[in-house]
Amino acid sequence: MRIPLSWLREFAQVPAGATAEDVMAELVKVGFEEEAVHRPTDTLQGPIVVGQVLSIVKEPQTNGKTINWCQVRVVPEGQQQSLTGEGIDPSGVQGIICGAHNFVEGDKVVVTLPGAVLPGDFHISARKTYGHLSAGMIASVRELGIGEDHDGILVLSRIGLDPEIGTDAMELLGLYDQAAEINVTPDRGYAFSIRGVAREYAHATGTSFTDPAASVQAPAGLAGGFGVKLNDGAPIYGKPGCDRFVARTVRGIDATKPTPPWMTSRLRLAGIRSISLPVDISNYVMLELGQPTHCYDLDTLSGDIVVRRAVAGEKITTLDAKERTLDVEDLLITDGSGAIGIAGVMGGAATEVSGSTTNVLVEAAHFDEVSIARSRRRHKLPSEASKRFERGVDWQVAGVAAQRVVDLLVELAGGTAVAEGTDVGTAPDAVAVELPAAFAAERIGIDFTEDQILTSLQDLGAVVVRNAGGYTVTAPSWRNDLETREDLTEEIARLVGYDKIPASLPVAPPGRGLTRVQQQRRRLVQALAASGLTEVLAYPFVSKAANDTFGVPTAGTPRKALKLANPISEEQGYLRTSILPGLIEVAKRNHSRGFRDLALFEAGLVFLPGDTLGTATIPPLGIRPSDEVLDGLYDGVPDQPLYLAAVLTGHDSPAAAGHTPRAWDWADALDIARIAGDVLGVEIVISQGQHQAFHPGRAAQLALRTGEVLGFAGELHPKLLAAHDMPARSVALEFNADALFEAAADVIVARQLSTFPVATQDVALVLPQDIPAEDVLAALREGAGGLLEDVALFDVYAGKGIEDGKKSLAFSLRFRAADRTLTADEASAARESAVAVAHGRFGAVQR
Amino acid sequence: MTETLPGAGVPNPLDEAAITAAVDQAVAAIAAASTLDELKAVRLAHTGEKSALSLANREIGGLPKDQKAAAGKLMGSSRGRVNKALADRTAELEAENDARILVEETVDVTAAPRRRRAGARHPLSTLQERVADIFVGMGWEIAEGPEVESEWFNFDALNFKPDHPAREMQDTFFVEPPEAHLLMRTHTSPVQVRSMLERELPIYVLCPGKVFRTDELDATHTPVFHQFEGLAIDKKLSMADLRGTLEHFARQMFGDEAQIRLRPNYFPFTEPSAELDIWHPGAKGGPSWIEWGGCGMVNPNVLRAAGIDPEIYSGFAFGMGIERTLMFRNEVGDMRDMIEGDVRFSEHFGMEI
Repeated sequence: MRIPLSWLREFAQVPAGATAEDVMAELVKVGFEEEAVHRPTDTLQGPIVVGQVLSIVKEPQTNGKTINWCQVRVVPEGQQQSLTGEGIDPSGVQGIICGAHNFVEGDKVVVTLPGAVLPGDFHISARKTYGHLSAGMIASVRELGIGEDHDGILVLSRIGLDPEIGTDAMELLGLYDQAAEINVTPDRGYAFSIRGVAREYAHATGTSFTDPAASVQAPAGLAGGFGVKLNDGAPIYGKPGCDRFVARTVRGIDATKPTPPWMTSRLRLAGIRSISLPVDISNYVMLELGQPTHCYDLDTLSGDIVVRRAVAGEKITTLDAKERTLDVEDLLITDGSGAIGIAGVMGGAATEVSGSTTNVLVEAAHFDEVSIARSRRRHKLPSEASKRFERGVDWQVAGVAAQRVVDLLVELAGGTAVAEGTDVGTAPDAVAVELPAAFAAERIGIDFTEDQILTSLQDLGAVVVRNAGGYTVTAPSWRNDLETREDLTEEIARLVGYDKIPASLPVAPPGRGLTRVQQQRRRLVQALAASGLTEVLAYPFVSKAANDTFGVPTAGTPRKALKLANPISEEQGYLRTSILPGLIEVAKRNHSRGFRDLALFEAGLVFLPGDTLGTATIPPLGIRPSDEVLDGLYDGVPDQPLYLAAVLTGHDSPAAAGHTPRAWDWADALDIARIAGDVLGVEIVISQGQHQAFHPGRAAQLALRTGEVLGFAGELHPKLLAAHDMPARSVALEFNADALFEAAADVIVARQLSTFPVATQDVALVLPQDIPAEDVLAALREGAGGLLEDVALFDVYAGKGIEDGKKSLAFSLRFRAADRTLTADEASAARESAVAVAHGRFGAVQR
Repeated sequence: MTETLPGAGVPNPLDEAAITAAVDQAVAAIAAASTLDELKAVRLAHTGEKSALSLANREIGGLPKDQKAAAGKLMGSSRGRVNKALADRTAELEAENDARILVEETVDVTAAPRRRRAGARHPLSTLQERVADIFVGMGWEIAEGPEVESEWFNFDALNFKPDHPAREMQDTFFVEPPEAHLLMRTHTSPVQVRSMLERELPIYVLCPGKVFRTDELDATHTPVFHQFEGLAIDKKLSMADLRGTLEHFARQMFGDEAQIRLRPNYFPFTEPSAELDIWHPGAKGGPSWIEWGGCGMVNPNVLRAAGIDPEIYSGFAFGMGIERTLMFRNEVGDMRDMIEGDVRFSEHFGMEI
């Protein structure tokens, strides 16, 4: 909401020298956030005066254009030019070159004299042009920054002005005024008006407030006016769509009369463009009182006005010349011809006022917030009117606003008010709220005095009755947001001042600290970062193709994924089922910035919808749903486990003197997964894996001992890398971190350490190529028995000396007994039994 | 290999002068040896089997009994002198040698390659953990929840009326189909609702996490960002308790000089509601109040939605943005730096914040 200061001053005690910033600094105390300052003089400086064109000499140019060499009087005849400065002619007549042709000798215009500055940092000076010394400019509204009209220069008579020559044009056009723009929270509909903000300004400064509604002389009762029927057959939530409709008639207006500059200036500062006098008046009253009104061309109306819901298929052409199909829930203003407006949202084109309008019907109505909000959303028609109606308008002010429009039409448009009028509807019941005496003090922590409570509430306009236990408070008609004792408490605290609230630190009961999973997650992420990976946080929005590739191991099986109804970009319209697509995007972004050696990881939620998706209905506000309903809500929320993924491209370290970096390879991806297992104390079982995103021969499946698959690690598929413009041999991994956390032991039981000497034996086994080393290790462990402390694969060989299709795996076995020194024979026997199992299982023979 | 001194006769082991001369000669030769190899040659020449002293020593066996003692004494002390000289010189030369090798092994430590590096945490994660730790230190617990939520948890349970403008102002991402009433949470408040439904009273929880709004990414907006929201439900909690908690937190976060300011505001889920500003002495353009978040006393309708009796319990809640905090605490000028995953951004922070 923008507040022109000149307007605010009419109703509040704003100091003469106060700026928009000063006003905002006061309003912020009562809860209105500062948004912006609108001040023409920030970009516009005089001397800018009224001048009269004495003579125009048309001078055709070689380029085909004709320019005007004008003599313009800027000081009344017989008076001295009081301005001095370069280019100011002491005679009071300036010679000015002008390219526009929409004016004639004798016209009064706005002259920007040398020394003036126009928006865009445009400095006016006397300069030689077209063979003359042009000392100033005859301005258009656009050049002055007060309009878009660039048809030509501003001729003052056309906006109804005949000022004295030499008058300060900035003063004349209201350009010394300024506006404070504040943010109005959605509960405070009343503050979308000068009336509401002036009251708040008075609260903030402890000064007096003059209610603009009080100065309007609205008749006590209206009768005999235009026929209006309120006929809502389908109220929403039981509330009638329209509960008051005031209609007034003004005859014989001249709709073509220009809007006076004081009004256009205020409208402009308030952010509203001047349209025509009747429309401007309607907007002006809305800004002043917060009540939207509408002017119909009375002669285009046929029959009575009926306010009703739309019927299926009904249409209307709105003021913006668009035909709209109406919904049966839309509240309409209709006459004998059908719909003439979507109530509170936008009027119809057929009945709008035009230049030829002479008789006007003024509407000031009160509509249901919800009904207006829904129509506005449905038709995507945000308007100044709907903004106010859906936040709540003062039921009582409709008659006043209609009268104010009538008064202005009479005063400015030359109309005659018709005494008869219409006022139908029923006021909603006033709600009385009980405020226990100590409630506000307990809730805020300030010992409010009775006087503070009474004064605050009465200042708001509430009626307060002291009773045995506290106060019975009836909120003023413009405060539909004051419904509970908490609402009143906020008002008391707000007017006393939030800065008066003391500080006390409540003591929480002894807590448990971080949960185990929270600690595990931190340990995991911290360990990966400590081992050289960089954490990134990618967006969870991905394409369908990305989910179908990364989210499911087998190609050609679409991944079930959540789709957004309103994504930022349609290509990235799904929620991720894998972290990898986001990581690959981040890797590519880094590549494009010159960083090729990367080790990136992210731990984040993925979205895995199951068979149940959400709930068909949503329980109402303010009541705990039944357990059954709650279970339904819980079950409807898709599974969202924490996944961890990493992508490695390029090398493990930067090249340096004396150091050759190593290219990341598939085994690094496995290692990172195993580090994750190490830090959480969970064994990760590696086996040959198949996943469409990975190289078919260089991918590992990561699993728990139980067989539960955690994820995959290895080299990304070469085709996929090429398609994503990623370096060849880039590697990646991804696993379900939640599953890993869950597999961690609650208590790790210590292992007895033997201090007896170690016996190490090596063995080389020849076996078929396709036997995984991991399986051979398992066989050796099994066969070697309890004396085996550790076994490691230390060499893999195939080629000369080894039969085709076979390979040699060399293992180092470390034996140790818990209770004695092992003999060489005992160690050899254990080794032989290990080999025997490998032989039995895979036909392995010792080399 | 053994050597004899050419032309040297075998001195008499009783001839003190001759023996002393041989000893002096040996000691001089030892002193003159400048390397361990030279010393080895000297040792063989003067103490080897064919050396004058060894040969003289061997003569003792053939001496009359009464002369053996004197000769043995003379030879023992003489050979002792030589051996001591040898040992001393060996130690000297070894020390010199060791020192020289170490000098020769000198490297330019400033040219060392970086073979291993720690990686980096994302500052948003690190900051989130730091905030959590402050509250854990106050006895609060950390609560988390899903990012795709039921509309009820995100709005209705939080007293957002279905048609109220406040609901629309949340710029929500909805999940298809609309009949499922699922959305991406617009704040971490649904975790507060879950906490109230699931936990024993009193409740003191902090809910950090990712939230989503349909803003395009630019220097100050991002559709995905992080929040931390606090919720306390207890008997007789007041806005003074809210202020005290926020003040304590601000001081933990920004130092003892930190100041906060509360301004009236509106949220459907709190009443009274306030905007929280923090005094930022180092702000660009001079010290100023910076909008940090929202807070207020939990609206009784929210308590009712969670089955908590507002006649017995009251509570306060607050919420701040992690991105915003990082922006003014760590002087991050452009939101995109936090979002794009440029490794330089995280690596600059390392594991700290």
